[in-house]
Amino acid sequence: MGEAKILLRDEAIASHAAPAEVERKLGVAELLWNDGFVRKSAIIIGLALVWEAYGTLLDNPLLFPTFHDTVIAMYEKTRDGTIPLRAWASLKVLFMGYAAGIALAAILTIVAISTRIGTDFLETVTAMFNPLPAIALLPLALIWFGLGNGSLVFVLIHSVLWPVALNTHSGFKGVSNTLRMVGRNYGLRGFPYVIRILIPAGFGAILTGLKIGWAFAWRTLIAAELVFGVSSGQGGLGWFIFENRNLLDIPAVFAGLLTVILIGLVVENLIFRTIERNTVQKWGTQS
Amino acid sequence: MPALLDVSGVTLRYKTSSAVVTATERVGFSVDRSDRFVLLGPSGCGKSTLLKAVGGYLKPSEGRMRINGREITGPGADRMMIFQEFDQLLPWKTVLGNVMFPLLMTRRLPRKEAEPRARAYIEKVGLSRVVDAYPHTLSGGMKQRVAIARGMAMEPDILLMDEPFAALDALTRRTCQDELLQLWNETKFTVLFVTHSIAEAIKIGNRILLLSPHPGRVKAEVIDVDRVSGEDGSAARLEQQIHDLLFAEPANVH
Repeated sequence: MGEAKILLRDEAIASHAAPAEVERKLGVAELLWNDGFVRKSAIIIGLALVWEAYGTLLDNPLLFPTFHDTVIAMYEKTRDGTIPLRAWASLKVLFMGYAAGIALAAILTIVAISTRIGTDFLETVTAMFNPLPAIALLPLALIWFGLGNGSLVFVLIHSVLWPVALNTHSGFKGVSNTLRMVGRNYGLRGFPYVIRILIPAGFGAILTGLKIGWAFAWRTLIAAELVFGVSSGQGGLGWFIFENRNLLDIPAVFAGLLTVILIGLVVENLIFRTIERNTVQKWGTQS
Repeated sequence: MPALLDVSGVTLRYKTSSAVVTATERVGFSVDRSDRFVLLGPSGCGKSTLLKAVGGYLKPSEGRMRINGREITGPGADRMMIFQEFDQLLPWKTVLGNVMFPLLMTRRLPRKEAEPRARAYIEKVGLSRVVDAYPHTLSGGMKQRVAIARGMAMEPDILLMDEPFAALDALTRRTCQDELLQLWNETKFTVLFVTHSIAEAIKIGNRILLLSPHPGRVKAEVIDVDRVSGEDGSAARLEQQIHDLLFAEPANVH
């Protein structure tokens, strides 16, 4: 019976004069391009340039004002306080509806996960109401709650509640059996179990629901104001757009639309991105 | 002295969508304090189901289970489970947060005392370096070590380990087994360990319960497993004996 031999190769490695390149620093341009914010800003600048070129070419400010006309209109309307005031009026209503929608969605999903009939109830009502456009309920809401913010909040709740409930529920359902057993091992049940295990474990899906809910709510609100904004005393951004169209102040209409877009971008890229970075990305549950 | 864990005549059944499956039939065994008790058997012998029943996750349809003289009625922190799956760690908590979590949730210790205790057990499993890391940055072996630290930090009556090293690569598995024995030498905890590997059972256990499949029944109990050793070949002989016993009937070979 022979014996195996071990030949050490350390010397061979040490004798190599120049070690192979292990790490290379990236150039400034490459570093910048790797930043998503820089790339997306470049896209936005590109779009603004196209807009400006088309507007100049068309030369018809009544149909399609140029980018710089829009920016000037926006600057003026911002300086005289119209746009901030209108945006604030819209956001105030939005927050009320959004918060109420989330609270209702939370109650609905927590009830749904504790019983099987609750789950069936949630699945049935979300299947029924989720495809129903919130704006279609506005005429009815106006009869029930009268002209004013009450009706707007009602349609906002409708637009937030179902997507948030649906996503939260699927987030809860996606929590692995192992994690559930871990939670129960420590005697967690009922409400603490939901707070300590289910919500953080399903947070990726919940956040998606919150984002979809926010986008739906924002859209619904502007649309509702466009149609029925006349009624509410102050009026929000939608009403601002409608008003200026009637005055044929098209650059101001564009300025209103741009404000809607900007607020959307800020919420998506600052607020939701920050939450994502500090939660699901840090935890490695979502890339 | 009465046994720490007493399982007698336990029959476990669970429902699938189309049938009621009997996982174990009238299984009985008892675990004493500081035992490293191994449930060993081929797949389908109900060893994992049995462990989950001891964990309180399912009720036996026959027989009784007592821990420290108390009837087992549901999951509890006096029996800490350690699973095979790597996702048993809470991804939203750091290593320290994971180990402290059960201490805080069960109100066993206030935060001020839970932290040093958690750090001490993280030190024991050799992970002080990554105490503030999130689980997704750890390797499989490190995750299992955190889970073990989390279980041990609770200082439970018994640790229930469900094939904790089965998903690890061979080298890491051996290191983890050695470390578990090292930890046992230090603290002499009681562990109920499930595995389908005969070699692992001999290495880890001082007592082994052999189960036969479909449905799970007790075939034999091996005691004084501590006395065999790898050097004089007695461990290899025991492994062969157990193998022959488990796979004696051709019907059991898959």
